[in-house]
Amino acid sequence: MEHLVLPKSSFDLFVESLVRRGKVVAPVARGNGQFVFSEVQKGSDIALRYIPTILPPKKYFMPQYETLAEYDTRRGQKLQPVVEVESLILFGVHTCDLAGIQCLDVVFSDRPKDLNYLVRREYITVIGLECNDYCDTYASCGLMGTFLPQGGYDLFFTDLETYFLIHVGTQKGEDLVQDMPFLGRAQSQHLAELEALRARKAQIFRPEVPVDRALLPRMFKEGFEAEVWEEIGGRCLSCANCTNVCPTCYCFDVRDVPDVNLVTGRRIRVWDSCQNEPFAKIASGESFRAERSDRKRHRFNRKFSYPVKRYNRFFCTGCGRCSRVCMAKIDLKETITQLARETGYLKV
Amino acid sequence: MEKLLLSHTGYEVKEARILRTSRLTEKDKLFELSLIGGEILDFEPGQFVEVSLLGVGEAPISICSSPTRRQSFELCVRAVGRLTTALHRLEAGDVVGIRGPFGVGFPITRLIGHDLLLIAGGIGLAPLRSLINYVMDNRRDFGRVHVLFGCKDPQNLLFRDEIELWQRRMDVGFQCTVDRADPDWKGNVGMVTALIPGVDINPEETFAVMVGPPVMYRFVIAELLKKGIPEDQIVLSLERHMKCGLGKCGHCQIHDIYCCQDGPVFFYERIKDLKGAI
Repeated sequence: MEHLVLPKSSFDLFVESLVRRGKVVAPVARGNGQFVFSEVQKGSDIALRYIPTILPPKKYFMPQYETLAEYDTRRGQKLQPVVEVESLILFGVHTCDLAGIQCLDVVFSDRPKDLNYLVRREYITVIGLECNDYCDTYASCGLMGTFLPQGGYDLFFTDLETYFLIHVGTQKGEDLVQDMPFLGRAQSQHLAELEALRARKAQIFRPEVPVDRALLPRMFKEGFEAEVWEEIGGRCLSCANCTNVCPTCYCFDVRDVPDVNLVTGRRIRVWDSCQNEPFAKIASGESFRAERSDRKRHRFNRKFSYPVKRYNRFFCTGCGRCSRVCMAKIDLKETITQLARETGYLKV
Repeated sequence: MEKLLLSHTGYEVKEARILRTSRLTEKDKLFELSLIGGEILDFEPGQFVEVSLLGVGEAPISICSSPTRRQSFELCVRAVGRLTTALHRLEAGDVVGIRGPFGVGFPITRLIGHDLLLIAGGIGLAPLRSLINYVMDNRRDFGRVHVLFGCKDPQNLLFRDEIELWQRRMDVGFQCTVDRADPDWKGNVGMVTALIPGVDINPEETFAVMVGPPVMYRFVIAELLKKGIPEDQIVLSLERHMKCGLGKCGHCQIHDIYCCQDGPVFFYERIKDLKGAI
């Protein structure tokens, strides 16, 4: 597919043009160095340089509260399945979060398919934005290899000083850039500048922990009884911040919300967390991950080991959010380093 | 936000009417149900359904009847949570929602032609009863059959009438034990594990199938291996809280396995190395 050029002087025109097509959501500064994905009206609303937002774009694909079905007890015990959708243009998604969306796509497309996710997904247009340098020191996209785009977008923006180079990734993206006279076709010099940036990036983004990514699943398997789990389990507060902000954590609870009339109501799903103690509890009261160390280990394995076996991809995107929000300062890079040291996988 | 109405998402339910109920113990109640509209629930022994009550929620419950008796299906429900307590208030004529059946049941095709050692602990008898009655109804498809059942005390004995029936059958070796006896109890006292050494089986020809609490598995498996039953002939059903039944919500996950889709029935060799599975 083709590349297009958007002069920075026309960025506002581009955003205005998107806004005319529908609701546009992009990273917005919220003070204290924090950013969120929120609705924007014009180009200047958008934070083009931002560290990963507090919540990842997951909140649009898998809302925190989502109606699965509605009921009316006057019609018996029947449920009417529903999907809540909203046309959305998501602008400025970093490559780590694109990888996160791809992970969710894989999970919810796996049989049995999740129509609530897949139908809603169709209504969302994704415009990526390349990181030319590290956002901050929490990221581990060098280790996870997610600092370069690997699909998962309709359009992809790269900031090249005076202009954005736009890669058109899908037909949906192609349709979006129709009738935008301020866009030009990319010339060979533009592509050369992109090449040069990518070459620079290959020098900047290096594995933040000296381990071989391909060996991570084996390392986690062998390190199942490692001391690091006890160590971070001892500090963990079980607050579930890490799972809430994770772009690939998708566990949920299903519950009923009756309306105040107690006649009608909804069956919803809400984000849940394997870090909460009752998560793996059964009717007899037995909890299969009673200790915080069990739960921390489970979460890490759900990023670096189990999904590799099940879906053939890592479910850590290197975004660094879990480390950023952890109140106990449990750091993903430190944890992996410690595990690698214990298991002998740390390169010297 | 726009709302689309769909007919099938996996979260719709089928309405089922309660045909009969009977109280098995103080906390356990048996429900016989059939789908409204005459449709027959197509299930295998060992599978479970999500039972739904609007405004209360859902809970995963094993089907405890055999698909050989297809006009209805039965659920044995212990009142321990919100939904199960609400279910206990229902009687014949009331309607519930059903999703499923879900999961992998007992490996009937592998069991056919072999001797069986069926072991249940406590309410584990409910899911296993599905297989026991399947075997009884297809008795000549199987070799020698032994059933061992252990429970806490005589008050918690499930399916008393059926147990008497099984005990009377000549083609099944049935033994029952309680952890704590009362003055009227005339049977065995002790853990179900204590019954295993005395069972006369040919281990190479025998499949052991068990359903019970995790602590029972640890001890029973040790006894079975001691007896010489190969790991790939030991079958067990794992209890987890399957919330969605669709392999997504994560509650029933053990390592890379989702119990609701990959299980709940597993061969021992599949799960023996998964820490926390049993």
